[in-house]
Amino acid sequence: MTVLPYEEALAVYDPVLGLEVHVELNTTSKMFCGCSTAFGAEPNTQVCAVCLGLPGSLPVVNAKAVESAIRIGLALNCTIAEWCRFSRKNYFYPDMPKNYQISQYDEPIAYDGWTDVVLDGESYRIGIERAHMEEDTGKSLHVGGATGRIHGADYSLLDYNRSGVPLIEIVTKPIEGTGAKAPEVARAYVAMLRDLLRALGVSDVRMEQGSLRCDANVSLRPIGTSTLGTRTETKNVNSLRSVERALRYEITRQAAVLAGGGRVIQETRHWHEDSGITTAGRSKETAEDYRYFPEPDLVPIAPSREWVEQLRATLPEPPAAKLQRVSAEWGFSELEMRDVVSAGAVNAIEATVAAGASPQSARKWWLTEVARRANEAGVDLEDVGISPQQVAEVQALVENRTINDKLARQVFEGVIAGEGSPAEVVAARRLAIVSDEGALAAAVNEAINANPDIVDKIKSGKVQAAGALIGSVMKQMRGQADAARVRELILEKIG
Amino acid sequence: MTLQQGAAAEIIRLTAVDLATKIKSRELSAVEATRTHLDRIADVDGEIHAFLYVDGERALASAGRVDAKIAAGEMVGPLAGVPLALKDILTYTGAPTTCGSKILEGWLPPYDATVTRRLLDHDIVILGKTNLDEFAMGSSTENSAFGPTRNPWDSDRIPGGSGGGSAAAVAAFEAPLAIGTDTGGSIRQPAAVTGTVGVKPTYGGSSRYGLVALASSLDQPGPCARTVLDAALLHQVIAGHDPCDSTSIDQPVPDVVGAARSADVAGMKVGVVSELGGEGYAPGVEQRFNEAVELLASLGAEIIEVSCPHFVYALPAYYLILPAECSSNLAKFDGMRFGLRVGDDGVASAEQVMAATREAGFGAEVKRRIIIGTYALSSGYYDAYYGQAQKVRTLISRDFDKAFADVDVLVSPSTPITAFKIGEKVDDPLAMYMNDLCTIPSNLAGNASASFPVGLAPEDGLPVGLQVMAPPLADDRLYRVGAALEAALESAWGGSLLDRLPDLGAVR
Repeated sequence: MTVLPYEEALAVYDPVLGLEVHVELNTTSKMFCGCSTAFGAEPNTQVCAVCLGLPGSLPVVNAKAVESAIRIGLALNCTIAEWCRFSRKNYFYPDMPKNYQISQYDEPIAYDGWTDVVLDGESYRIGIERAHMEEDTGKSLHVGGATGRIHGADYSLLDYNRSGVPLIEIVTKPIEGTGAKAPEVARAYVAMLRDLLRALGVSDVRMEQGSLRCDANVSLRPIGTSTLGTRTETKNVNSLRSVERALRYEITRQAAVLAGGGRVIQETRHWHEDSGITTAGRSKETAEDYRYFPEPDLVPIAPSREWVEQLRATLPEPPAAKLQRVSAEWGFSELEMRDVVSAGAVNAIEATVAAGASPQSARKWWLTEVARRANEAGVDLEDVGISPQQVAEVQALVENRTINDKLARQVFEGVIAGEGSPAEVVAARRLAIVSDEGALAAAVNEAINANPDIVDKIKSGKVQAAGALIGSVMKQMRGQADAARVRELILEKIG
Repeated sequence: MTLQQGAAAEIIRLTAVDLATKIKSRELSAVEATRTHLDRIADVDGEIHAFLYVDGERALASAGRVDAKIAAGEMVGPLAGVPLALKDILTYTGAPTTCGSKILEGWLPPYDATVTRRLLDHDIVILGKTNLDEFAMGSSTENSAFGPTRNPWDSDRIPGGSGGGSAAAVAAFEAPLAIGTDTGGSIRQPAAVTGTVGVKPTYGGSSRYGLVALASSLDQPGPCARTVLDAALLHQVIAGHDPCDSTSIDQPVPDVVGAARSADVAGMKVGVVSELGGEGYAPGVEQRFNEAVELLASLGAEIIEVSCPHFVYALPAYYLILPAECSSNLAKFDGMRFGLRVGDDGVASAEQVMAATREAGFGAEVKRRIIIGTYALSSGYYDAYYGQAQKVRTLISRDFDKAFADVDVLVSPSTPITAFKIGEKVDDPLAMYMNDLCTIPSNLAGNASASFPVGLAPEDGLPVGLQVMAPPLADDRLYRVGAALEAALESAWGGSLLDRLPDLGAVR
């Protein structure tokens, strides 16, 4: 596949984005029946006549899901419909038990909103076209064949546990004028949305489990023109990093097509995380006709204005406003703040600070010890296995000199391994700094006696040579000493 | 005729009310009542073919439980121990639900329809499942994949449809009660052509949960019986709000039993719909209808001519809305999860198996409507067909609203003609569709509607039905009119219409 170098592409073309984010709500029961929505159960154990689409069964709307949809709409500054309906989206696919999906079509519950995304200190206003309710499909597992897709598979397994899980689809208006930053703006938007949805408490927003899924649309037009180009829709973009990478790739690919005099085909494309490219899927020019019509098994939804206002009162602080506030409160530099945002650590740091740690120490631990482990495990910071309260507790142990920074890393390791609270890990692993002055003095004496040449250097004024002696003492003490105190003792002895 | 045969003949001719009274007073056991009806089915259903599945053992067992409850002095429902025939489009755990289609071959529903649940909770004994046009699409039961039901009045003729099995079972004294479902007349038209009572409650009045959907916005389960009071008692049992059906109405059930007992039409304003009559209506149908209207006048009703100008568009609108919904509702029958699967040779794709299954499993009428509905919903055609039909639907509702501002009920013949011969219209879908001309407006508007027997057409000696239509949630008015007519007609005839039913072979 030919691509144009990114800078060259952006010198000629102006990308226009459109993002469709599917959010699985964290309601206890499904959108139209009482089955559990818990993730990871044995296949086909969380199903009933309704979510299996058995003949004669009928859907009943989950009021909690409507409430979540309205709160999401309000948080995205949308208008909440006074009256709206569900529609049926008709197409045949084995993981969809009724062969139609109950969705919303021309009457979404929330529409015409906006949200602000901050990137590198600059704010971008993203228009929200709509947020609508629908039900998730089941999951297909295609066995055999090269692609893991239905085509060419030997057989397919179907799990309907996910069938009927409530989804909210949030669709942006075309995002224009972001230029070369388009992929980063897209990523920042999805990250902001994730934080917002988490703050709303309406979803687990775990991209790796599919509870937040993004379809990224992009089209190119020559810089200075206003007609929208032909877009592609890239699916299977399952991490924040992928959002940015997939769009960056798709921009360079489309630019190469256009620069070569070709025509971008309107189609669905699949993102391949490993190879970093997109490949053509279903062509949208011969798109299926979904034959939408109002769902006759359900009655219209007419949320009262009183209810909407009650829900508005439950909204959390908007993410952009929150960033401004915490950045000022914490006194971070712009660069520090940018790292915090891109690591998705704002909420974790906020909670850690609330638990008593200083902002700088909270930032340090989340962006080093926890972030490293999150990267290794391929999970979000929140899912590493240590809570903000525990991080604050580790920091408190450092500050009261029970442990030092180096020992703290072992404490992180222990807590994450499930060995207990930081204090319990310190006790069980015997990590506490030795405060027995006698033992310390003996180790200092031994180091001095064993290294006469270094002692001479110190005596001749090269005080920095004390580092080697400190290292020797720390080694003897298996790291469990307060380095500052060791230094004091050495200089005292030699001095 | 032996004494025993005489007793059996008497039992099957009892009304549901009388059966329930005898069972409750332990003059007759529910088991005996059930066994007598099962025997009757064994005797005559070879000819009538009202049943697709007879659930004899379970029926006798549940009858035994009713007897035990009564013996123990426990509270039982008003129709306790009365046998009933269930249209085979409502689920009943443990009995096959076929919907008259090959595509559901082998499917045993794992849950009870709400209507079924209510019948069982009220100690009614379910004898089995009755024949119907495939997925309730038809007016003759000739579209059943399992062969037609025959009209007890003349076995060369159709019993109406789609619920021909339920109506024929009641008319042939195989069951005193049956459940039907009415989408465009599937309870009322069979009632009319078999000389029985059939009621389509207000849309949302009885639950659709467990009723395999044909057209969700039109389908409605309702009672089939030989008398108006029996129908009212059954109506009372099955109706009422169901949280499992979002379209079910959360309002008290109208006092249909009280209305059937009152049978009083004095001072009632009865509108005769001028558009439902004239050309295309059999002379005997019009004659019996007009006589019945005169009878209502003589009972003190005020008769008013009413025009509902948009009713003439009801049939075309219906044949866009119904196929549209049905094309979507029937999409789930694809061989993937239940029922028939064709062409799964390990090589064919899922899509090919779906196509082969639907090709083999659906009959011609079902395919015809799926194709029409798919077309009507297609982008570019939606506004012209489905959208336009919905507007007509609104206009028809307004015709009703206007009419009901002036009258309490509307009346018309239930069907333009009496029962036609089996095979007569199978090749002419449009002629078949004309049977539902009078019944469709109430489905489109969602109001309450019923058919009551008003005699036999002089030219062919076949039953004629009169349709009564009432505003939504005024189902009780249907029963007032029906019961008044029934009382007056039976006193004129010296018995019920079904007394004149030809003998269906020897009763044991």
